[in-house]
Amino acid sequence: MDAEITLRVDGADQPVTVDTRTTVLDALRERLGNTSPKKGCDHGQCGACTVLVDGRRVLSCLMLAVAADGAEVTTAAGLANGDLHPVQRAFIDHDGFQCGYCTPGQICSAVGVLEESDGELSRAEVAERMSGNLCRCGAYPGIVAAVEQAAGEQR
Amino acid sequence: MDFFRPDSLAEALAAKAEHADAVPIAGGTDVMVELNFDHRRPAALLDLGRIVELHEHGRQDGKVRIGAAVPYARIIDELGRELPGLAMAARTVGSPQIRNRGSVGGNLGAASPAGDSHPALLAANAEVEIASIRGTRMVPVKDFYTGVKRNVLAPDELITAVHIAPATGAQQFSKVGTRNAMVIAVCAFGLALHPDQKRVGTGLGSAAPTPRPATKAEEFIATELDWESPKPLADSVLRRFGALVAEAASPIDDVRGSAAYRRHALAVLARRTLGWAWSEHLGGGRRACA
Ligand SMILES: Cc1cc2nc3c(=O)[nH]c(=O)nc-3n(C[C@H](O)[C@H](O)[C@H](O)COP(=O)(O)OP(=O)(O)OC[C@H]3O[C@@H](n4cnc5c(N)ncnc54)[C@H](O)[C@@H]3O)c2cc1C
Ligand code: FES
Ligand code: FES
Repeated sequence: MDAEITLRVDGADQPVTVDTRTTVLDALRERLGNTSPKKGCDHGQCGACTVLVDGRRVLSCLMLAVAADGAEVTTAAGLANGDLHPVQRAFIDHDGFQCGYCTPGQICSAVGVLEESDGELSRAEVAERMSGNLCRCGAYPGIVAAVEQAAGEQR
Repeated sequence: MDFFRPDSLAEALAAKAEHADAVPIAGGTDVMVELNFDHRRPAALLDLGRIVELHEHGRQDGKVRIGAAVPYARIIDELGRELPGLAMAARTVGSPQIRNRGSVGGNLGAASPAGDSHPALLAANAEVEIASIRGTRMVPVKDFYTGVKRNVLAPDELITAVHIAPATGAQQFSKVGTRNAMVIAVCAFGLALHPDQKRVGTGLGSAAPTPRPATKAEEFIATELDWESPKPLADSVLRRFGALVAEAASPIDDVRGSAAYRRHALAVLARRTLGWAWSEHLGGGRRACA
């Protein structure tokens, strides 16, 4: 069955007709041409599809588009506002990627981490809070350093 | 596939009564995996996301009442002091993104023997609040599971909440897995001291077709513990407790571990968690995590 919904994606209202079984991830990538979130596993294990829905980090492969009707969806591509977002800057500063496939998910997740935490984060805490985002290239040292930097700047 | 999105519990119950085949979806962390992999093709989904009553927690008759769809992240942040055992279990679920969405109601709905909230709910003697248009009933959690991924829900019923008495003593949760994040438990154990009732509650996970308490171990330890003038526990008592917990299991061999390994590991988890909880009781101190 089809449903007409509107997602507010990276600041722009996007009316779209989707099958009720469509995930937010597929709606973004296949219907709206926003390929920033990646499909690594399609079952919640890799984090590559992480986006922010109404400011909270969620796995877009595990959320139905119809359940996100009217919601504000932010992808890594929509974080930059003229200048790069501080988390994006930090990933560049610390080489927090290699192939880049996991990066949009890592960045949205990191923005979620900063939102969820209110204070200093140890390395171990950053690693724990980022544990839902896998990186097959093993860029973890750079990723953790980037999140530490962004958390430090936030304080 | 039809998609129902009720705004209130009353509407949701009416929808469930009319469409018994509609699959409830809370956080979606189990349901969506089944949909994406075509393991399940429901005729309809019943989205619980908008129902405020299911996303609240509060006190009722001295107990903590947690709405079925309250995500683990909020249980950890907001209920860690009253319900330390459940909060410990919640901390081990999946990943932060999974904990932002996944709920105890969903864990109960799925009724997987590997669900991490079950051992904590069993140890704390939680009760499950179940509702339909016919009315509301309370089911002790030990009677809730009826088989592998089966529970007592009738087709027109929804889980609306769990009720748990705030902790009166130390609680522990421990699980064996290959790493910290995103693993299904090889086995898990929950333990709660109830000094007010002079007893110890237990719960086993991934150890039998359904989550279950280790009743003989509970009976044994209740006679061994001196609640009036607590003393350190003899190693032989801890070992006997561990052995009885292992006996309560009827585990299987699978890719995650053999039945023999699970039994062995459960005995170790039981012995350790009781040791930790009892030293906390003796010292009045508190161990943060297993
Ligand atoms: C990557 C990943 C890692 C995971 N790791 C863990 C883990 O470590 N430990 C663990 O225990 N689980 C884990 N899970 C499984 C899942 O996250 C949990 O079982 C979670 O508690 C499900 O909650 P939910 O709200 O997302 O449920 P949903 O997926 O929404 O629902 C689950 C089931 O319960 C039913 N249901 C939901 N709410 C109700 C209700 N109110 N009344 C009646 N039925 C209802 C649904 O119809 C469905 O059958 C993991 C899942 C993924 C994808
Ligand atoms: S694609 Fe969503 S978690 Fe892997
Ligand atoms: S940079 Fe290649 S997967 Fe992370």
